[in-house]
Amino acid sequence: MILDYILRRLGLLFFMVLLLSIFTFSLSYLFPGDVLSNLSGVSNTNFAQSALLEEKYRVNSNYFIQYIAFLDRILQGDWGVSFASGDSVFKHILDLIPATLELSIYALLISVVVGVPLGILASAYYKRWPDKLISSTAIVGYSMPIFWLALLLIMVFSLKLGWFPMSGRVSLLYEIPASTGFILVDILLADFPYNGMAMLDALHHLTLPTIVLAMYPTTVLVRFTRESMLKVMDQSYIKTARAKGLNRGQLIIHHALRNALLPVIKQIGLQFSTLITLAMITEVIFSWPGIGRWLIDSIYQRDYPAIQGGLMAVSLFIIIATIMAELTYTLLDPLSRNQAHGKV
Amino acid sequence: MHKLLLALLSLSLFGCIDSKEEILEEKSQGLVYCAEANPVSFNPQVTTTGSTIDIIANQLYDRLISIDPVTAQFKSELATDWKISKDGKSVTFTLRKGVKFHTTAYFTPTREFNADDVIFTFSRLFDVYNPYHFVGDANYPYFQSVGLDQLIRKIVRVSDHQVRFELFNPESSFLANMATDFAVVLSKEYAMALKANNQENLFDQYPVGTGPFIYKEYRRDHLVRFYKNPDYWKHEVALEQLVYDITPNGTTRIAKILTKECDVTAHPSSAQLSILAQREDINVEKETNLNIGYWAFNTERPPFDNLKVRQALVHAIDVDKIMQAVYYGNGLRAQSMLPPTSWAFEPQKNMPTFDPQLAKKLLTEAGFPKGFNMSIWAMPVSRIYNPNARKMAELMQSDLSKIGVKVNIVEYEWNTFIQRIGEHRHDSVLLGWAADTPDPDNFFSPLLSCTATFSGKNPANWCNPEFDLLLTKALDTTDLNLRKQYYDAAQSMIIDQLPLYPIAHGMRFQASSAEVEGITLGPFGAISLANARKK
Repeated sequence: MILDYILRRLGLLFFMVLLLSIFTFSLSYLFPGDVLSNLSGVSNTNFAQSALLEEKYRVNSNYFIQYIAFLDRILQGDWGVSFASGDSVFKHILDLIPATLELSIYALLISVVVGVPLGILASAYYKRWPDKLISSTAIVGYSMPIFWLALLLIMVFSLKLGWFPMSGRVSLLYEIPASTGFILVDILLADFPYNGMAMLDALHHLTLPTIVLAMYPTTVLVRFTRESMLKVMDQSYIKTARAKGLNRGQLIIHHALRNALLPVIKQIGLQFSTLITLAMITEVIFSWPGIGRWLIDSIYQRDYPAIQGGLMAVSLFIIIATIMAELTYTLLDPLSRNQAHGKV
Repeated sequence: MHKLLLALLSLSLFGCIDSKEEILEEKSQGLVYCAEANPVSFNPQVTTTGSTIDIIANQLYDRLISIDPVTAQFKSELATDWKISKDGKSVTFTLRKGVKFHTTAYFTPTREFNADDVIFTFSRLFDVYNPYHFVGDANYPYFQSVGLDQLIRKIVRVSDHQVRFELFNPESSFLANMATDFAVVLSKEYAMALKANNQENLFDQYPVGTGPFIYKEYRRDHLVRFYKNPDYWKHEVALEQLVYDITPNGTTRIAKILTKECDVTAHPSSAQLSILAQREDINVEKETNLNIGYWAFNTERPPFDNLKVRQALVHAIDVDKIMQAVYYGNGLRAQSMLPPTSWAFEPQKNMPTFDPQLAKKLLTEAGFPKGFNMSIWAMPVSRIYNPNARKMAELMQSDLSKIGVKVNIVEYEWNTFIQRIGEHRHDSVLLGWAADTPDPDNFFSPLLSCTATFSGKNPANWCNPEFDLLLTKALDTTDLNLRKQYYDAAQSMIIDQLPLYPIAHGMRFQASSAEVEGITLGPFGAISLANARKK
């Protein structure tokens, strides 16, 4: 049963990735400029070089053969070279994605730790002042564009008060070798006398971007948890329990919570894709050296191979993350496995 | 919920503040300089991009001689002495002893600096038998545009510490060119070690010099890291570490100096200087500088090959408005190609005035009564000679629309921009030039000579043999009065022919934290951080 379900999801994954790869491949033709240089990232070639590239990229064969050659290269990690830097696009992505992931994971953690308890609190005091306070603040946070919030925080906490830095992951004077790409892990792994200070400095740098990025998913989780709790609390088995004389604390902790949190878990997974999108904006504002900032720089520099590779990496990542979240949810909630059709 | 967040935050914050002093102590040995663009190379021979030269030239390398910014006399650097023969055709340099090249992760020198290094460095520019001549497509833009590669006949090794440059003809600007930031000395031993491994292409990316700092790492769009050279021959270097934080956005650079993420920032925009000037912990320096911001036309591309069209366009521009809105009173309106501080400066009487009526008339005479469409390429970065090219282009756009010329503003990332201008893909461009030497030739040969056209450095794509002759004549003599006459003629020829329209001379600004001292701005050339220290 569960195996069947997983297979169905994997099938869906396969077709999504197929469509994505076709789209990415066609970008080389849709972008302005020479197809060969859009594909390879090599421009200003001499005759011998372009003959070699034509052979490698099969541009003289039909589209299908070209597409197969394209898939082959993608699987081998040959994503072309960036116009701007002349380095491999794949290597750029591998170097940059940890920074984005790191930021997103911390933001997601914060939003779960803060958002879910607040949502429960709001539902417990339904229509009383804690609920009103939490719900209205959540609405404000939900409606606030994050670039505006980011600039506001920078203005107050960086420029006015000078508490937090406004750019980067760690003071540039700390030379931290990038072994995993996750800055906190790298600092732990690195072996030098000022380890502790570098750690504090990195946390300092993390604070503002994490808050900014966590804002939206936190408010979503607050609202979602609250609604879900209210729905469960309204069901007859809760009423029965209450009639039996259980107090509200017992009710929530022993009976309502488990059922109410199931959809929340699914929601957390779905937030990941929004998070990556928002991370791009956050990265640009805080000069965070992640994939989003690189992608936007590449657009500005008309670096087509980089745009192509970056888009594919990010979308691939989101598709996989979403499906993983769905799978986790299904493992926890047997009822949902009976759906005949997949949905994302 | 926000309150809770903030409370959590401030908790973690206080934990950090306790240790802030320790952090500062650890950091005080290093300096962060906010630079405006990625370096395009680590060898000054192969580029003229000011933002790159500022980072690499004076930090990693030394030259044979330099020019004192105050007295304008030549000063000894790696050469302790130099003699020019009577006929002016050979120059003998005596080299300094005991100078060591950098020991880096990729190279360990076994010998000290000597004549071989000088010969290798300069023969690369012109000698096809030099194994590095063709590395990087034999492109040496500065030297080619001033014709140095055509000037040197050969370089003779007199002894271990003496070299003689033999020239085809005496040229008055030879020593001045040898004192520019581009004429640095490279290590022959390092070059040969790379050649032995067939890694010649790494030579211009992983530098080995004799300068005050040693290359450590470069991450594109992020940083350049140098460490102190413990064996620097000139003096003890105070900074342990020097980091360039690459921040293309001017406002971000200002913000970073306010938050102390940068100790020094290049080219703060003059619009925001008043904010910085109010702060006691930030020093703003201002220095007149030999430079020119101009509007160049691609004179090979119709309709800009027509002088009448160029004149019409120029008469349509209200420069006074530009001076206010772009330079904020911190610039000098150009009266010639040369800035007034140059000894050859001569204010031009027929400098075009703002006259839309005349512009319209000229345009009609040229056969475009209804105007046409054109592009203005605006630099994406702030430079001394033009703090905000985008804004300038917008002002010009509105001025030109009044005579029926529709302007499309084009922008690219800086290094791409320079490259495409070199390929002459533009209609017109807002660009400029900051001098490397006080010699007036530095404003003409690198920009408007025919050789500069070939090496892609002539933004006007303008090759006029008559003009080139004037420059050659000026270089062939050492008589200052005669040279001034030739440069007068050259200046008026530019205004008559208008391959480019000189707009303004900018001031050089630098903002630094009050803790930093020992960085001086010069009237020409790249910035040097050799003497920088933190209090």
